[in-house]
Amino acid sequence: MTAVPISWYLTLSAILFVLGVAGFLFRHNIITVFMSIELMLNAVNLSFVTFSYQYKQVNGHLFTFFVMVVAAAEAAVGLAIILTVFKNRSTLNIDEVDSMKN
Amino acid sequence: MDAFIVITLIKLAVIAFVLLTAVAYLQWVERKVIAHIQVRPGPYRVGPHGLLQPLADVIKLITKEDMMPPYVNKPLYLFAPFLAVAMALLSIAVIPFGPQIEVAGYHTLMQLTDLNIGVLFILAASSMGVYGVALAGWSSNNKYALLGGLRSSAQMISYELPMALAIASPLLLSNTLSLRELVVGQAGSILHWNILRMPFPQIFSFIIFVIAAFAETNRIPFDLPEAENELVAGFHTEYSSMKFASFFMAEYLNMVTVSCMATLLFLGGWEAPWPAAYGSSLVPSLIFLIAGLTALYHSANPPRRKDRYTFGGFAVIFLVIAAVFVAPMVQSWLLPLFWFLAKVGFILFAFMWIRGTLPRFRYDQLMGFTWKFLFPIAMLNLLVTSLMVAWLG
Amino acid sequence: MDVILFLIFAIIAVVAAINVVVQTHPISSAVSLIGVMGSLAILYLLLGAEFIAAAQVIVYAGAVMVLFIFVIMLLNAGAESKRGRSYMVQVLGVPLLIALLGLLAFFVERLFPRTVSVHFGGFQGGTARAIGQALFTTYLLPFEVTSLLILIAILGAIVLARKEMD
Repeated sequence: MTAVPISWYLTLSAILFVLGVAGFLFRHNIITVFMSIELMLNAVNLSFVTFSYQYKQVNGHLFTFFVMVVAAAEAAVGLAIILTVFKNRSTLNIDEVDSMKN
Repeated sequence: MDAFIVITLIKLAVIAFVLLTAVAYLQWVERKVIAHIQVRPGPYRVGPHGLLQPLADVIKLITKEDMMPPYVNKPLYLFAPFLAVAMALLSIAVIPFGPQIEVAGYHTLMQLTDLNIGVLFILAASSMGVYGVALAGWSSNNKYALLGGLRSSAQMISYELPMALAIASPLLLSNTLSLRELVVGQAGSILHWNILRMPFPQIFSFIIFVIAAFAETNRIPFDLPEAENELVAGFHTEYSSMKFASFFMAEYLNMVTVSCMATLLFLGGWEAPWPAAYGSSLVPSLIFLIAGLTALYHSANPPRRKDRYTFGGFAVIFLVIAAVFVAPMVQSWLLPLFWFLAKVGFILFAFMWIRGTLPRFRYDQLMGFTWKFLFPIAMLNLLVTSLMVAWLG
Repeated sequence: MDVILFLIFAIIAVVAAINVVVQTHPISSAVSLIGVMGSLAILYLLLGAEFIAAAQVIVYAGAVMVLFIFVIMLLNAGAESKRGRSYMVQVLGVPLLIALLGLLAFFVERLFPRTVSVHFGGFQGGTARAIGQALFTTYLLPFEVTSLLILIAILGAIVLARKEMD
């Protein structure tokens, strides 16, 4: 077997996505939660590129490109929000940002 | 398949050896150039005209005490210089030094590998090189190092933008991302080089690229984050001996990489300024002949007594090299290599010349310069280039 | 050869991803995430997506993660404190997760046919030329919309993160 079955790539993508979800649900530090979101987006990118290979079309690559652009924009705004939350609440623990009262 | 692997390994060994020696001697050249700008002799005593100074420096750096302060974050502390040097060396893997040559019956390119996304590969390697600086500043657990690391990495990523736009403009003229195809498309004469090529000569892109390259490699006038009298040497404060040498090697390798990129993108790579039919093959021999005769003249009236023999030795070496360039057997690979190294050497000399001449920018001036001036100019240049290409074909 | 390369970089990606989730200090998670992105870039090269691989390293690993590392360094985020987790979660958590992942992998394997296999060089359409042609003809509207999106993101980030001028 000198070629890799395509289901292996999709399995890898699923494993990375599940790990991203696990990090998103179980971590308390807001930056680590954000990084788990990036991990999920990367897993989805791998899925897109794999299907693009399967159907021998370039459209999957285009979608990956747009996902990367949107992830970059989201990272910029999200980190700015994190900076503002830190400035106001002085904590990076999402469990402690739990009341509207300052 | 086997011949391919063996040839690649041989090329790898040759390029690695030549590159690392060249980086060490680049430091000698820099010290000499800056010294002569400042009207002093520079390294002079260790070997003839200080030529063994890099060897002495290497021995000193290797035998220096290798301190590992107890308060640093050990994995990142050890990883950062390794990452800096690895990314700097990785860029050299795709740079073509000359055309296809034939060695003992095997055809091979004068390049380690010809990727068809060569330009993007070099941009990617330089983007990853930012982490060497940032992680070094963080792991040192020292506020000066942290500030120096943050400033330096912010500077590097800010200047990546005008650099990428300045790279995109000649790519519109050349229509390819492969570095070898870029040079092949600039064959002909100096009027075909991207810097002078119609429909839109890329002079502004060249200037923007060189300015951004100075900032990417943390050279004067943009070296505030790592200067010795600012922030106690910045991000490499806590590094000593070989790890410190790694950062400096990474800096010189980055300098070599951006000079090679400028040569390949704008100055026509290994192509001669005018075709060989009009005699450009004699130019290297002529240059080395003049250098040899000048050395002979200085050996005849030496400024210092020992120089009679050292200049005499240099004169013999230069005249032998001039003779070698006339031999037609080696001209197919030696001439393109000469032109490539001459252009890269000229840009490296410009790096050192500017280091000896200009003062350094303050950090807010530096960041204001890129975001408010260089980036809009680079975008405008890209816009005008694309308009001219679309209009004039 | 393809199998060996895939296995090496897939294992590196999974180990680094586990490291992202498990590490207490955000900087270690960030460096591991850079490792995930690097190995994914090599997997994209194996799938023939050369432009996307370069874009992944330049944009994702070289710019977005630098932004993350800047924020971690600026906020001086310390290691997360280990809260008291219930005994049941500690004992059953990892085995359940591995069982869930195993089930998921099994169903993915069953669902997708093994007829299509990936070998290096199987898909030649991932060049910059192909992506450029598709981007500026078929996907022109999404391209323009994402450029507006980036502009909005830049404005939003600057407004949110600047000091208030009182």
